[in-house]
Amino acid sequence: MNDFPNVTISAYNLSRSFGRHIAVHRVDLELKRGEVLGLLGPNGAGKSTTMQMLTGNLAPTSGSVQICGIDLLKNPREAKRHIGYLPENPPLYKELTVDEYLQFAARLHHIDLSRIDSVLTEVKQRCGLSNIGKRLISTLSKGYQQRVGIAQAIIHQPEVIILDEPSVGLDPNQIREIRILIRELGKSSSVLLSTHILSELESVCDRVQIMNQGIMVFNAALAELKQKNLSLERIFEQFTLRNENTGN
Amino acid sequence: MILTIARKELKLLFVSPLAWTFLALIQLMLTWVFLGRLDAFLELQSQFMQIANPPGATEVIIVPVFAVASLVLLMATPLFTMRLMAEEWRNHTMTLLISAPISMTAIVLGKFLGLLIFFLLVTLLAVMLSLSLLVGGTMDLGLLLSNAIGLLLLAACFVSVGLYISSLTSHPAIAAVGTLGVLLALWIADIVASDAGSVIQNFSLLRHYESLNRGLIDSFSLVFLVLFIVTFLILTIRRLDGERLHG
Repeated sequence: MNDFPNVTISAYNLSRSFGRHIAVHRVDLELKRGEVLGLLGPNGAGKSTTMQMLTGNLAPTSGSVQICGIDLLKNPREAKRHIGYLPENPPLYKELTVDEYLQFAARLHHIDLSRIDSVLTEVKQRCGLSNIGKRLISTLSKGYQQRVGIAQAIIHQPEVIILDEPSVGLDPNQIREIRILIRELGKSSSVLLSTHILSELESVCDRVQIMNQGIMVFNAALAELKQKNLSLERIFEQFTLRNENTGN
Repeated sequence: MILTIARKELKLLFVSPLAWTFLALIQLMLTWVFLGRLDAFLELQSQFMQIANPPGATEVIIVPVFAVASLVLLMATPLFTMRLMAEEWRNHTMTLLISAPISMTAIVLGKFLGLLIFFLLVTLLAVMLSLSLLVGGTMDLGLLLSNAIGLLLLAACFVSVGLYISSLTSHPAIAAVGTLGVLLALWIADIVASDAGSVIQNFSLLRHYESLNRGLIDSFSLVFLVLFIVTFLILTIRRLDGERLHG
């Protein structure tokens, strides 16, 4: 059990400022194995910045991050092995084919050469990319590019999957498929996703945290909200609008 | 891991027509110079016979070919280095590399190695062209080797400068212009310093290359070129770390 601690992400007191502007202020975040956490917030609330800090793309001004018990700041390479990350803009080399790109992503994550073929077949099947492996990424539609981005994030079967607005640019059918995929991923790993869409959150997440102006303002399990018969929309309005008023 | 990145760089390079066009054009130019010098050598051969210590075919034909190659590389390297980092920033693909469990050093060295392998190919093409002289006689293989080492080291210097400047901006065009500017400045540092013993002359890359070009493997030149490369690679790594820290 020591190798697989139950808490996959634990971030405490995470702050980040850009010059004098404070983008994220003292955010605590904890994610357990098999949990899907939705990060909700208006534009510019600091969701993407938080995610960048959790994946080692941005160093926090203060605070600590542990991924599966490994300190991300002290031992980044070891910690990053457990993370799969889909940023806001999918990081795609558009001159490559889907297969070439995923092969590169697999190698980057230290997957054995002998296993690459089977891993690729599996991940393509999971993300619905089986028939387009030979196509150039630049010729794919936005939705398919998004799927390639997701495939890249889960190719090494990470324990922590961080998705920044995964359903942007997808059509309703694809959104449904992606939601099923996220639920499935949430069984074996823990998933952190950010979104603007409340219905998406309600359908896939176990827990929701709301951010506003860099501060974590709300944290609750969705089942709890349902029990108390509270609507997420009301809560969202209450916490983000109120802060906007007092903020001004 | 360094090899994985290098492989990706080479793949991206060869899916674009730029690499192929460049290889074709530089070969065309070098062959042109080669044939021109060969012609001159054949014409002058009878006069060379009368001198006590006549210059050989390698000296007359190959040395100018490599001198031209170095100038072509100076002009062309910015085109290749500009996208190394700048395009990764612009297309947000740098996130993929930084999120992967690899070090910044591996990213930088991989990119450096990838482009260096490409320039090794250019050097090999020039060497093969030179070796065709063996069909008609003997040649000074030591001089050829010194030239090949010199050209490769020079290319490595150009690449390391280009890599660093490319990491400073997310606009490939600015990276290209900046690199070209720095390389030209390092080239003419020779001319700027009028008196022979000036310190500035030591910073001229082409001056160090010239000694190798003449067949003189000077340890000062070798150390200077290697230190030059290492300095810019370290600067690039620090720059990547800085981006993460200060964002």
